[in-house]
Parts: sequence; structure tokens; C-alpha cells
Amino acid sequence: MLSIKLVPRPQPSKSMVYLSPLLAIGLMLVFGLIVFMFLGQNPVTAFHAFFIEPVNDLYGLGELLIKASPLALIALGLAVGFRANIWNIGAEGQLILGTIAAGGVALWFYESDSVFVLPLMFIAGALGGMAWAAIPAFLRTRFNTNEILVSLMLVYVAGMVLSWLIHGPWRDPDGFGFPQSRMFSDSALLPLIIEGTRAHAGIFITLLALIVTTIFFRWGLLAFQMRVAGLAPKAAGYAGFNSQYTVWIGLLAGGAAAGLAGASEAAGPFGQLDMAASVTGYGFAAIIVAFVGRLHPVGILFASLLMALLYLGGESAQVNLALPSAVSKVFQGLLLFFLLATDVLIHFRLQFGSSNAAARKAGAL
Amino acid sequence: MNTETLILILAATVAAAVPLIFAALGELVVEKSGVLNLGVEGMMIVGAISGFIVAHETGFLWLGVLAGAGAGVLMAFIFGIITLTLMANQVATGLALTIFGIGLSAFIGQNYSSVALDGLDKINLVGLSDLPIIGKLLFSYDPLVYLALLMFPLISWFLYRSRSGLILRALGESPASAHALGYSVIKIRYLAVLFGGAMAGIGGAYLSLAYTPLWSEGMTAGRGWIALALVVFATWRPGRVLLGAFLFGGMTIAQFHAQGLGIEIPAQFLTMLPYLATIVVLVLISRNANTIRLNAPASLGQAFHKEVH
Repeated sequence: MLSIKLVPRPQPSKSMVYLSPLLAIGLMLVFGLIVFMFLGQNPVTAFHAFFIEPVNDLYGLGELLIKASPLALIALGLAVGFRANIWNIGAEGQLILGTIAAGGVALWFYESDSVFVLPLMFIAGALGGMAWAAIPAFLRTRFNTNEILVSLMLVYVAGMVLSWLIHGPWRDPDGFGFPQSRMFSDSALLPLIIEGTRAHAGIFITLLALIVTTIFFRWGLLAFQMRVAGLAPKAAGYAGFNSQYTVWIGLLAGGAAAGLAGASEAAGPFGQLDMAASVTGYGFAAIIVAFVGRLHPVGILFASLLMALLYLGGESAQVNLALPSAVSKVFQGLLLFFLLATDVLIHFRLQFGSSNAAARKAGAL
Repeated sequence: MNTETLILILAATVAAAVPLIFAALGELVVEKSGVLNLGVEGMMIVGAISGFIVAHETGFLWLGVLAGAGAGVLMAFIFGIITLTLMANQVATGLALTIFGIGLSAFIGQNYSSVALDGLDKINLVGLSDLPIIGKLLFSYDPLVYLALLMFPLISWFLYRSRSGLILRALGESPASAHALGYSVIKIRYLAVLFGGAMAGIGGAYLSLAYTPLWSEGMTAGRGWIALALVVFATWRPGRVLLGAFLFGGMTIAQFHAQGLGIEIPAQFLTMLPYLATIVVLVLISRNANTIRLNAPASLGQAFHKEVH
């Protein structure tokens, strides 16, 4: 009988660190094809509809960019915390707060056509996201409270705050009672950057974040201290690194990024506050992006494009294959499963052998 | 408030506590074995939709409950393969399970969101159910409520009075010692994880088959996460899990009655209550670092490989 055993490697495999995401993507595609076949779809047609159709024109590529941009931005912020084992999984709530804060500025300066409205929206968005992330940071550092559960609970609270605002005080006075704010004026909308697409200037913020995090991870002493604190808290303590800082910065970075992404969504594709449009699930999807991207800026960039393609593929599958668009979330979950599963190969190698041979060997000895 | 309303509120509190009791007691057993499965929300919601589909297609509600448990077990099995066999990070895998579960339930439940179902019938014991006050308060629930309440003494007995329970707890404290004594750490942890999956699945099925007999996307609404918080709040003790579940059940029900009592608060702020309360109780219980350190299973969340340890 053939047996497969996991044998510990003496050293973690460097190449597997980079190969396992590719392996995971491959496994996800194979598994996806099998699922499509089970659903009675022609795998080639389904594959085309899911992965090629959405991006075979300029408009599609623009859509890819505007979905990848917030995913990458949030994932970059989360990576700062994840590298230090700070588990901020409430980015979705921080994103909603960013949307609320930026939207509040846009509505407050509704009459204004000043060029300062947009920058102010982004500052408000970042602060909103940071304020929401500061709650788990404060409770963790002051009261030792688990940041996973607190940040997650605050996602639901943030959703309720938004719901209250658009049902109540911020509801569009001319909106026939629909639960949404009025449309922002032009001064609160991001300019489009590519003719014929919806791609907007929010992408530049993501690029800026990419540069900042690259420098921070590569040369920042703080990033190094945080990494040590994450890998070996005791060693960090002996070295005199302040673990409170790690928690605060880990959470605030994710909050700021998610808040900026929320502001960018409000000032970009939506142009108003609206429940369905503002609750995108990007905050959760970005967790997958961060992991698939190996918590590395360049990896995150590629992972965000892949995840954005999965979103678009889901929408295209709904139109072209009459499949529920939730199929993209299934793929996203599968991708993370496969990645976590293949990661075992970083620390272990597979040993193939038949148990008969092993038995014979044992007998000979 | 008259007696009738009060009884109504108390009975509703018990019903609202049931999904939390199932999910949190299941997770308690899992965590006692040293495994942290953050995928409770995902297992619950897949249990909810699976139970609903099977009950709707076959017409047998109890088959739906079984399907819910089965779906929870399958989800837990995925978690087991990745964290126990392949030794991946339990936090990340649990998150993945929740994200996957929410997506999968929306995917397979697409055509069931406007379908009606007659929920589980409440028991009707001749004589007992008609008693004044006590009849409504004790003898008028559907059978799953009694199953949930029965799980409490069963699990308490298993954990603290049975030999297997002792082994399970020992494993959670020191897997290496348990391994040295000849117990299969991985196998026992698998059993615990699968049990937790079944319980979360039943908790989810209770929502879609009895509590509000319908399917709507995301209907678990964070109950899986609240169940996880309950285990911490209970400092890993079954009795306190039960108490906490009733507390949160009451919180969920309070929001429906607050407006009836003339409290003028927007509905959204009342809906926030259980989530905010979760944060508050977590803060209260974690404030003293020793409380958590002394009560949490020592190996909670750590992978085990017999050749590495």
C-alpha cells in the first residue's frame, strides 16, 4: 500500500514559501473546473466566462483595477499587523467607518466646490478607520482583551451605525425615502484616470501605500521589532522592544488602510452612502489577499489582482452561466484553504513509500 | 409589564439562547482538546442552509436537523485536515472556514431565500403544557430546546466525570505528555473537532428550522463569533457557557421588547446590543490576565506533530 508521510525538514524551505501560493492557485483552478463540471457546465466555456471574459476589454481591465485597489490597500495595512501576530480581522468594520467619515465630510461640504473637500474626505476616512481599530488596540493593551473577537464584533456595530445614518439623519431628502444618502457633489468625487473605464484616482493611494510599506518592511527598525515581537514575544521583551507599540501600530495600520479604502470607495465608484454598495466584503477578502500575498507588498499586489478577478468572474458567471455570484466567495475561501494546506510543505516534505517496503526493511533488520 | 409579557420574554430568551448553547458547548469541547476553531460562524451557517434545504426537499424536519449536523461535521473535517493533519495555523484556517462557509451557504441557498417552511412543532404534553405559567415556561418548546439543555449535563459529565473526558482535557493541557502515555493526540483532536462541527451545525439548523423557519443570507448574524466569545467569558466551564448563552439570548430579545416598553431608541442601536455586550463581557473577564492564563487549555491553538515535540 502506498503511504505518504510528512517528514520535518531540517530547515524551512525557502522556495516553498513562494511556490505554495502558486500551487494553491493551481489547485483552486483544478478544483474549480471539477465543480463547474459537476454543475453541468462545459469546463472550457465556464473557464472562459469566469477568467477571460471579464477582462478582455479595456473597461473590464478598469473594473479589475478598481476592485484590486481597495483589496491591496487593506491587505497592505493588515500585513503590518499580521507580521506581528496581531489579528485584526475587523477591517470590514474599519472600512465602513472610513466610508462614513468620508461620506460625512462630503455631505457636510455639499455646497462647496473647494479642492480641499477630497483631501479632507481621505483624512477623515483614515481617521475613522483608525478610530475603529483603536478600540481593539486599547482593549488589548489595557485590558488584555482578544483583538480577534473585539475587532470582529465591531464590524456588526459599524454596519448598524451606517444603517442608522442612511435611514435617519443622512437620508437623501429627495430620495423618496430610500435608505441612502444624497449623491455627492462633483468636488467630492475622485477623477477618472483612464478614458472609457471607471478606474479612478484612488488607485494612486494604493500605489503610495505599496511604496510606503515596501520601505517600512525593508528598512524600518520598527517593522523588524514588530516581526520579532510576533515570532518570539519573549525575545522581543528581553531586547527591550515595547510590545504595546506593536499592538497599537499593527491595528492602526490596518485601520488607516481600511479607512482610506472606504473613503476611496465612497468618493470613487459609489458617490453616495448606500448599504448595499458600502458593505462590499473587501475587508474580509483582504485577509485572504494578505495571506496569499505572503504578507509581502509585491505578493499582495498580485494576490489582489487575482482576488479582483475572482470577484469579476463571479459577476460574469452570474450573467453568462446563470450561476449565483456567491461562487466567487466559494473560490476565495478555497484559495485560502489550499494555501494553508500547501504551506505544510514549507516545514515538512512528503515521503512517498509503500508500507510493504517499510515492513520488509524492518523485517530485514 | 404584566406576567404574561414577562413569561413571553423569558420563553423567547430561552429560544434565542439555544443556537448559542449548541455552538458554544461544542466549541468548548474542541478548545478543551487544545484546538481553537474560529470557523464556528461558517459551520453554523452551512448547517443552517443544509438543514433548510433537506427539510424543504424531503419534508422531514428531523432529517434537516441531521443534515445540519452532517454539514457541520464536513466543514469541521476540512478544518481538521488542514490544521491537524497538515498542521496549518488554526487562527487563519478558522477564518478561512468562516469566509468559505458564508460564501458556500449563499451559493447553495440562492434559490431558497423566499421559500416558506413550517418550523419544528413545539411539544404538547397533555396536562403539563397547559399549566399556568409553568406550562408556558417549561413545557412548551420545540424538542431541540430540550436537546440543547440536555447537552449541558451530558458534556459536563463527559468532561469532568468520564475517563475519556479526562484524557481530552489532559491532551489540551499537554499534548506531548498525552502522546508519551500512548494516546493518539491527532485522533482525539479530530473527534473533538468533528463533535464541535456537529454541534455548530445543529445550532445553525435550529435557526433555519425552528427559530425563524426560513433561509436568508447571513442569517447567523455573528452568533458563531458570539459563541466563541462565550467560551472565553465562561472561562472554559460548561455551566457558565449556559449562563452566558441565556444572558445573550435575553439581550437579543430585549431589543424586540424595548420599543414596546416605550424606549425611544433607533432599532439599529438595539441590534448592536449583543455585539457591544460581547465586547464588554470579554473586557471584564480578560481584565485579569491570570483568569485567562489559569483557565485556558495550555496548548490552545498550537499545532502538534509527534516528531517535532
